[in-house]
Amino acid sequence: MTVDWSWISDHTDDLTTLTLSHLQAALTAVLLGLVVSLPLAVVAHRVRPLRGLLLGLSNVLFTIPSIAIFVLLLPVSGLTRTTTVIGLTIYTLVVLLRNTVEGLDSVPAKTKEAAKAMGTRPLRTLLTVELPLALPVIMAGVRIATVMAISLVSVATYIGDGGLGQLFTDGFQRNFPTPVIVGVVLTLLLALVADALLVTLQYVLTPWTRRKRSA
Amino acid sequence: MIQFDTVHKRFPNGTTAVHDLTLDMPEGGVTVLVGSSGCGKTTTLRMINRMVDPTSGTIRVGGKDVLEQDAAELRRSIGYVIQQSGLFPHRTVLDNIATVPLLLGWGRRKARARAAELLETVGLAADAGKRYPHQLSGGQQQRVGVARALAADPPVLLMDEPFGAVDPVVRTQLQDELLRLQRELNKTIVFVTHDIDEAVRLGDRIAVFRTGGHLVQCASPAELLARPADDFVADFLGAERGLKLLSLTTLADVPQAPAPEGGAWTLRLDATGAPVAWRHKDAESADIPVRPLRDTDSLLSALNESIAAPSGLVARVDAAGVLTGVSSRDDIHEHAGVAHEQGREGVPSGARGTARAAQDDPHTPVKGPGQTEPRAEDGTGDTDADGAPAPTTAERSA
Amino acid sequence: MYELFKNLGAWLVSGEQWAGSDGIGHRLAEHLQYSLLATLIAAAIALPVGLLIGHTGRGAFVAINLSSFGRALPTVGLVVLVFLASGLSMWPVYIALVALAIPSIVTNTYAGMTAVDPEVRDAARGQGMRWHQVLFQVELPLAMPLIMTGLRLALIQVVATATIAAYVSFGGLGRYVFDGLAQRDLVQVLGGAVLVAVVAVVLDLALSALQRALFRHRPAKSA
Repeated sequence: MTVDWSWISDHTDDLTTLTLSHLQAALTAVLLGLVVSLPLAVVAHRVRPLRGLLLGLSNVLFTIPSIAIFVLLLPVSGLTRTTTVIGLTIYTLVVLLRNTVEGLDSVPAKTKEAAKAMGTRPLRTLLTVELPLALPVIMAGVRIATVMAISLVSVATYIGDGGLGQLFTDGFQRNFPTPVIVGVVLTLLLALVADALLVTLQYVLTPWTRRKRSA
Repeated sequence: MIQFDTVHKRFPNGTTAVHDLTLDMPEGGVTVLVGSSGCGKTTTLRMINRMVDPTSGTIRVGGKDVLEQDAAELRRSIGYVIQQSGLFPHRTVLDNIATVPLLLGWGRRKARARAAELLETVGLAADAGKRYPHQLSGGQQQRVGVARALAADPPVLLMDEPFGAVDPVVRTQLQDELLRLQRELNKTIVFVTHDIDEAVRLGDRIAVFRTGGHLVQCASPAELLARPADDFVADFLGAERGLKLLSLTTLADVPQAPAPEGGAWTLRLDATGAPVAWRHKDAESADIPVRPLRDTDSLLSALNESIAAPSGLVARVDAAGVLTGVSSRDDIHEHAGVAHEQGREGVPSGARGTARAAQDDPHTPVKGPGQTEPRAEDGTGDTDADGAPAPTTAERSA
Repeated sequence: MYELFKNLGAWLVSGEQWAGSDGIGHRLAEHLQYSLLATLIAAAIALPVGLLIGHTGRGAFVAINLSSFGRALPTVGLVVLVFLASGLSMWPVYIALVALAIPSIVTNTYAGMTAVDPEVRDAARGQGMRWHQVLFQVELPLAMPLIMTGLRLALIQVVATATIAAYVSFGGLGRYVFDGLAQRDLVQVLGGAVLVAVVAVVLDLALSALQRALFRHRPAKSA
């Protein structure tokens, strides 16, 4: 199984397009997942009875196979990018919701008490105290969700999308390994780069956690 | 029993935890290692059962070099109690206590029977055995930790800040229990703490460590309090070390006089002859309750009582609680001074670094009524033995 | 839409659909076989690794990073790649599924081991337990809940992904999905997907029930 380098140089444009399309699908899904999961997490954190329900529901969603989610969405949104994004979003939701709730839980009660005692209103406490302190745990969730989404985009190749995943179908049908290898390597690279960027972002966003690490 | 010979411990990160330590811990006494955090006291303790191995030097337990023994076997022969008790959360209390007997291959039935017996020894109800550790209070967990260490009846007990995580009231109870157990079992105990009061209460001898793993002084509590080797030890003992010294001396030698009659204050007794309260002759103010003291109570509590009593007199009672007389504030003061002098002079010089002879009789009945626990200490020391108290203890057979 | 679900329901309950070597019963058995075998192989590799790095505290960095690398591997690509390399065999499917399952098991086992209170581990050594006694009598039982979570997670992912066996012309419930896609038979595609989801959910519920039954009396970590 050798790599046909000339194929790669002949297809740089296609590869760029597929990579960007792949990245776009994954990132849109993570962003949508964040938008949906943040308010849900706050509700789950504050309203105890809803907590078990929301987390349980998201766990059930996680047990549904990714290919099944895409297929189940077909009657709704057809063979489109929307189906890919919705399917991936459902997947990221599970990780993001759980980590955000855990992050909010991890904020020390004393800190919240202190904010309250100094006259901070609930919404302000949430935005200026709880969310920042929950950020390390939330970011851990964002990292997992991003890596997962990037690796899962290729599943959507079965419903005619899938970014770099199309290289797998292509290579499979033509019994030609090069696109498959390139697809796998590019997917891994995307995931690694995205993860590294997120680590950097977290480092910048949470300066108070740095001293702890060096000590 | 335990000998450190120029023991040095340097950790891989370059810090020296223990610096050329030479120390003898004689059989059948409590040696307390004290010092602030990072002084090497815990490392010293953990080298005895090879939880940490020394960089150089030798440690002998019962005459045998620990490094020449199998670490696991060695540890099974030495009791080990740690802070937060370190109980196994997935095992019942009974099975926790039975750990070492099971490791020694006693068989489940015999090990459990022994564990049940130990529950009683450490003052726990039998039904506690079926519970899980998290269902017990912190103090009870510590008792289980002690019972687990005692399970195979090891001659040596290592205790690493065992009472560090419980509240002061429970801590005092546990200290009392340990003293009671020690009178019964007469183990060789090595006890690590950063609390000097705990050290003075429990120790037959106290080894003070300084940051960097240096042993500064090892002496009996009385000698340590009376004659700290240097400013570091003096600082560590604190400003009230004079008072702490008084807690080691009993009231027995302070003269008594009959209770005053017809003065401003008279002592009311109950039907059995036990003192109840001081009453003023005008009987305008309410009676002031009295806390009578026995001969075994400490000079410190006598001083405290004499300050609190309206007449400046302390009511003395016999073992049955019947009034035997009163002692005056002045007499108590005078004896406090004598105790200090004896502390300064009464200890033979050159005793540093080695344990002093058994300076107190382990069978002295102690415990004031729920108050601080004084220990018999006559300052001169009962120097009839080479540091080993008579083995009068009923040895527990396994 | 209503028509579609009515047809789907009919597809799922029809007797002939369940019978025969092409029937749901057979495909279900195949699917379970792939999933369980792959998870078992993954556990046989990942459990010792997770326990060892948890017990020694060594190699954690490498193992955890390799795990997240494994998570980033696109399964479809891996299957196709191994298929092209090895030809028509079950290797591609099992290699891909095992690679998928290992990260969850390693990371959860390791997390379970590090969650064991160091005081408890210290006490175990201090009572004279040898390393294997500390590992099997203390650390493993205490890490068990998290280890089980890892196994559950791995099994669910594997069940979901075993669909892929059909892509490289093997059986399992994925057969309906890929055949349906090829034949433009949406009912068959949906039927396969629903069945996979049901298997995953049922297995997860069964395992979590088993977990509860096994550790019912187990207390939470003492405060």
